[in-house]
Amino acid sequence: MRMVVLTKGVPDFREGKVSFDEDGHLERGKTPTVMNPNDKTALRAALQTKVKHGGDVSLMSMGPPGYAEILQEGMDDVYADDLYLLSDREMGAADTWATAMTVSTGLEQLDETPDLIFAGFKTADGETGHTGPQTKWCLDINEEMPDYPLITHVVALDVDEDAGTVRAKRLVEGDVSEIETIEADLPAFVVTDPEFEANYRRAEHRLRHKDFRDETQRRAAEFGEYLADDSEMEPTEFEEFTMWNHEGLNLDPDFIGLDGSPTIVAGVDPIPKAPSEREATMIDPEDDEGMAEVFEELNQYAAGD
Amino acid sequence: MTEHEHYEAVVVGAGPGGAAAAATLAQHGVETLVLERGVDAGSKNVSGGLIYAEESAPYTIDQLFPGFREEAAERPVEEYYIHNIAGEKVETFDLHDIHHHDTEWCDAVLRRKMDSWLAERVHEMTRETGGGLLTGVRANGLLREGGKIVGVTLDELDPITADVVIAADGVNSELARGAGLMDWEEPEDWFQGVKAVVDMPPEAITERFDIDDDEGVAHLFSGDLFEGVRGGGFLYTNEDSLSIGTVFHLDSLSAQRAEPHELLDSLLTHPLLDQWFQGEYHEREYSAKLVPDSKKVANPSPHRGRLLLVGDAAGQMQAQGPIIKGMNHAVTAGGLAAEAFAEAKSRGNEKAAGTLYQQKLEDEGVMDQLRPTRYRATRFVSESDVVNSVGSSLLDSAVGAAGIKLFDGLLEKSFNSPFVLGMIPDTKLSYVTVPTRIAEVLGDPVYDENDVEPPALDDRIGDLTYDVDDPHIEVLDNSFEASGTAVTACPVSAEGFGGGCYREETVKTNGTEEKKVSLDTQPCVECGTCAVVADTHWEHPSGGKGVEFKQG
Repeated sequence: MRMVVLTKGVPDFREGKVSFDEDGHLERGKTPTVMNPNDKTALRAALQTKVKHGGDVSLMSMGPPGYAEILQEGMDDVYADDLYLLSDREMGAADTWATAMTVSTGLEQLDETPDLIFAGFKTADGETGHTGPQTKWCLDINEEMPDYPLITHVVALDVDEDAGTVRAKRLVEGDVSEIETIEADLPAFVVTDPEFEANYRRAEHRLRHKDFRDETQRRAAEFGEYLADDSEMEPTEFEEFTMWNHEGLNLDPDFIGLDGSPTIVAGVDPIPKAPSEREATMIDPEDDEGMAEVFEELNQYAAGD
Repeated sequence: MTEHEHYEAVVVGAGPGGAAAAATLAQHGVETLVLERGVDAGSKNVSGGLIYAEESAPYTIDQLFPGFREEAAERPVEEYYIHNIAGEKVETFDLHDIHHHDTEWCDAVLRRKMDSWLAERVHEMTRETGGGLLTGVRANGLLREGGKIVGVTLDELDPITADVVIAADGVNSELARGAGLMDWEEPEDWFQGVKAVVDMPPEAITERFDIDDDEGVAHLFSGDLFEGVRGGGFLYTNEDSLSIGTVFHLDSLSAQRAEPHELLDSLLTHPLLDQWFQGEYHEREYSAKLVPDSKKVANPSPHRGRLLLVGDAAGQMQAQGPIIKGMNHAVTAGGLAAEAFAEAKSRGNEKAAGTLYQQKLEDEGVMDQLRPTRYRATRFVSESDVVNSVGSSLLDSAVGAAGIKLFDGLLEKSFNSPFVLGMIPDTKLSYVTVPTRIAEVLGDPVYDENDVEPPALDDRIGDLTYDVDDPHIEVLDNSFEASGTAVTACPVSAEGFGGGCYREETVKTNGTEEKKVSLDTQPCVECGTCAVVADTHWEHPSGGKGVEFKQG
């Protein structure tokens, strides 16, 4: 089973990490870049497939050379056998379409045609959810690549290798209230839902999962040595890391990056601040009448029958 | 018939018994799967804190796991004292001889550190056999086919079959109970221990206990400081903390409606302890555990079909006066159970493993340590009410006092005799009256003032880590008569305290008032006390859920 998981670096929006200026604009320079959290779910789905059916999991991204760290994060936190970074100035400022074009070419470039391609449910910054499906379209128009049925909002996944099929549970309307089970032929393109949960009901699977986690953390630690600021080694010297530029991918610069992007950004709205003040009434604990009101107010919520 | 996942051996529980069994199985090349319900091995485990390696034992933990003492244990304990207390008068006996009797070494341990260290090695060893160790997986029962035990059922995994199932799942073993090899019926079969791990910098330990950097010490406490409840206290030195706890007979604790955390506080605030605290007290963790009394419940035939019990699950906990040994017996039993299976297998008769294991326990003298025949022979006399009331009045008399004075040296000697201790009766006379009289007659007063303030119960609960799941205990009869004892005996409940597991409630119906008991399992420390003293359906929480001890 040859699997590829697609990912992207995004600002770390977690409290304490993210930085906004006074107008509510993201301060990109002050906010660290991390692997898109939804893509880790996709990576977990790939790892589950590897645990149960074997195979290799590659993690691929398009971005500046610094994204090697994003790939290393995925390798460390979840799993990856090897890493691919599509990186070139010509690829810069790409919209989802130009990204999909580039990524699909990267997928074509692999020695072996992927049986399963995984993408996460939208990125934390763009939030379009386009890149995965558009990559699948780009593969469809690529004569060299097979057609991949697209399965989105996947919450559970199982592969039948003998039958050459994948069976998935998916949210019909993106809502947990309605789940359908579908089956598709391999190869297939899977977009995991954030609700996806890996499922290991056999001890052998959990043991193998543990082995793989140990292996990937060792591998990531080794790659980390190549990435260290004071390292004398180039990241590309790491055996499990491959970087391709536009020439390596044989891509016409007119079709990628800013030039290949039909999207026009009309404007950017600052993120509205959350209402910071709640409606509050101050009560002095010494004030019996006030405390009686507090009791009245809370009593209705108190448990007990 | 469904095709189940199969391993040659499944070991349930990754404490010292399970670890020893798994390591020995792996050494014999047996494909071994170890299942631990804690989020990490040791996160569900509590012990007083001394592990022995006995010279006569066929298996010791450091022999099975080289480097154990350096990497997983705290301080080696060379010195061992018991303090007989009456009010503020204390008479101290040196228990050097009994402590060193048959002892190769003895170390203080904290179970989270110890068990997780063991688990890493166990995983490596068993992985090579095709098995391995999994945490966060709870075996919830026995898998049977045609009435015969063939494996285990689990919360997180599909059922697994095995040629042998070694239940090392602790004092509340669901497997032993599932096989009818243990129950939760009689409070007199159990002790309950509570413990506080207290911060103390290594320099303070060496100075205040007058020991070297790599030395440790153990102190035991008995006498009148526990409101007459039968039991005693202990203090062991760790690297940078102290393990201080109290252990009581559950029947005595229940009958007197004593509050375990308050009895612990009685010890913690006794003037004698001021020399060590010197006014400083920071509690790292509060914990509790049920302890089987091997004299009564060590199972002489701890196996059924493919199921073999080791450690607490088989009642293999020796508590005879100041001799408190559990983990070493679990290690021996684990090794012997594994050895028995390997031998049975090599003879092509795996079914014989249980019988062979039982034989080995007897041949190695384990059973005689756990259930001394002289205790059985003497208990009906020594534990009778007449003997005890005569004994008490005699001790209280002037003649008795003279006797104690006369036999001062002899008393200390008898405390150091494994033969005498093996038949110590479980009565107030031996636990409370004798030590109290010893202190009254021989003791010197302690003039120190101990003004430390141990945390209140709600703070102790608040400092614990929980991953709360659905309730795992159900009260079957919530009348006060059936389950009211749990309100006091539960170490995280107390009369008049609303933040604990068990609460007393007065329900008014049609003009009559009734006392009922209600339960909230959220603060549960999974000790199992209420399973014995109340009418409950008791299970462990699922893998990784419930309380998580960081010290243990």
